[in-house]
Amino acid sequence: MKYLRTSLHEAHCIFKCKVEPNATIGEIKSMFHKSHPQWYPARQSIRLDPKGKSLKDEDVLQHLPVGTTATFYFRDLGAQISWVTVFLTEYTGPLVLYLMFYFRVSFIYAPKYDFTTSKHWVVHLACMCHSFHFMKRLLETLFVHRFSHGTMPLRNIFKNCTYYWGFAAWMAYYVNHPLYTPPIYGEQQIRLALIIFLFCQIGNFSIHIALRNLRPPGSKTRKIPYPTKNPFTWIFLLVSCPNYTYELGAWFGFTLMTQCLPVAFFTLVGFIQMTVWAKGKHRSYLKEFRDYPPLRSPILPFIL
Amino acid sequence: MSAATGTSKTGHGDGAAKKKKGPGALATAYLVIYNVVMTAGWLVIAVGLVRAYLARGSYHGLYYSIEKPLKFFQTGALLEILHCAVGIVPSSVVLTGFQVMSRVFLTWAVTHSVREVQSEDSVLLFVSAWTVTEIIRYSFYTFSLLNHLPYLIKWARYTFFFALYPMGVSGELLTIYAALPFVQKTGLYSVTLPNKYNFSFDYHAFLILVMVSYIPLFPQLYFHMIRQRKKVLGHVEDYSKVE
Repeated sequence: MKYLRTSLHEAHCIFKCKVEPNATIGEIKSMFHKSHPQWYPARQSIRLDPKGKSLKDEDVLQHLPVGTTATFYFRDLGAQISWVTVFLTEYTGPLVLYLMFYFRVSFIYAPKYDFTTSKHWVVHLACMCHSFHFMKRLLETLFVHRFSHGTMPLRNIFKNCTYYWGFAAWMAYYVNHPLYTPPIYGEQQIRLALIIFLFCQIGNFSIHIALRNLRPPGSKTRKIPYPTKNPFTWIFLLVSCPNYTYELGAWFGFTLMTQCLPVAFFTLVGFIQMTVWAKGKHRSYLKEFRDYPPLRSPILPFIL
Repeated sequence: MSAATGTSKTGHGDGAAKKKKGPGALATAYLVIYNVVMTAGWLVIAVGLVRAYLARGSYHGLYYSIEKPLKFFQTGALLEILHCAVGIVPSSVVLTGFQVMSRVFLTWAVTHSVREVQSEDSVLLFVSAWTVTEIIRYSFYTFSLLNHLPYLIKWARYTFFFALYPMGVSGELLTIYAALPFVQKTGLYSVTLPNKYNFSFDYHAFLILVMVSYIPLFPQLYFHMIRQRKKVLGHVEDYSKVE
C-alpha cells in the first residue's frame, strides 16, 4: 500500500506500509502520523481519487474498491482546532463582553457613567437573558452536544470569534447605553418578548437533548430525528432543523425586548446563516434517507 | 480604488475550465450591447472633460461638465453585479459587488452628497483615472465577447493600471479627506442617541474607516492585477523556470 502526496508542487511522498484487510482508515492515519509527525490524523484527508471525497475514519480497507495494493491520496487540511475549543472561546466572549458593557466598565461610555447602572429594568432583564443564553450554550457544548467532526480549520476560530464578539459588543453598547430608550409599548412588549424568548430557549434545549439521544455516546451515526414525548420536539413534524427555528425565535424575542436595531441586525444575519445551514442539513437528510418525511421544511414550517 | 479589476473572460485560466457553460447567444448579444453602451458612455465623459478643459482653459471645476453622464454610467455598472449573480459573466458576485459599490459610494455618497468637494482637483484626478480605465475595460469585454480581441486592448488593460490605479486611489482618498470637515460640521448621514431604535451612526468616523481600509485592500487588488498581467500577457522571465 502506498501514499502519494498531491501538492501544488506535484511532489511525491511515498509511504509504504503493510496492513491487515480489516484495518480502518483511522488506523492508517495513525500510522501515517507516526512517520510524518507534523500531520496529525485530524489534518489528514485520505481519498481514493485526488479530486474525490474524503474517506471516513471508520471505513474498512477490505470494503473499499481496492485490490491487494491500494493507493491513496493525501491532502493536508491545514492546522486544525477542536470544535469544543472553538465553541467555548466564541461563546465566552459575548458572555464576558456584554457584562462589561452592562457594568459600564471604564472607557466605554463617558466617565461620569462609569460603574453606574441603568435606570430601566428591561436593561437588567436583557442582561440576564443574554447571559443565560450564552451560559446555556457553554454548558451544552460541554455536556450535551455530540460532534460528528472532532475538528475544524484553525482560521475558523478567528472568523467565528470576530463575528460573535464583534456583534455582542455592538449590541451591548446600545442596550446598556446611558441614553438607551426602552421599548415603545413598555411592559406589554417586554412581557411578550420574554415569553417568546423563554419558550424558544426551552425549545432549543429540548431539540439539543433529542438530537443527543439519537446518537449513542462515542458514535457518529446519523438517524432521522422524530418528535418525542416532549411537546417542544413536536415541531420535528414540520421542520428538519428546529434548533435553528427556536434559536431564531429566541433572538427575535430579544430584539423585541430591547427594541434595538443592532440586535435586529444580528438576528437577521444569524437567520440568513442558519437558513443556509438548515437547507444544507435538509438536503443531506433527503439524500441519505429515502423515507425522509416529505412534510418537513428546512427551518420555517412550510415557508423555508 | 476599483480601477481595472474584475476577472476577464479570456486569459483567466485557473478554475474557469470546470463548468464552462458560458453565456448563451441571447446573453452574449445583450452583453455586447451593454459593453458597447458603457464604452460609448465613458467616451462621452472623456470627450466632455476634454472639451470643457479646452473651453475654460483650466482644470478647475470640470466635474460639473460631466456630472450627469458620470452618475448615469457609473451607477449603470450596478448591472454587472446582476450579470454575475445570474451567471452570464463568470466573475464573483462578491468581488464585483464590492468594486461597483465602492465606485457608486464615491460618486453618490461622497462627491454628490458633499457639494463643497465638487470643485476639488482630486475629483478630476479619480474621474480621469476611472474614465480611461473604463473605456479600456468595456472595449476589452466587447471585443472578447466577439472573439476578436486586439492585442493592443489586452495590453492596455493589463498595463495602464500601473498608473491609473494609484491615480484613482489618490483622487478618491483626497476627495474623502476633503469631505471630512463638512461631514462633521453638518452631521451628514449621521444618527445620534437617544432614539427609539437605539442605534447611532457617525458618518465622519465611517469615512475615516473607509480611508483606512484602503491600506490593506489597495495592495491586494494591485498585486492581483499584476499577477493577472503575468498570466494573461505572459512574461519573458518565465522561461527561466526551466532550470
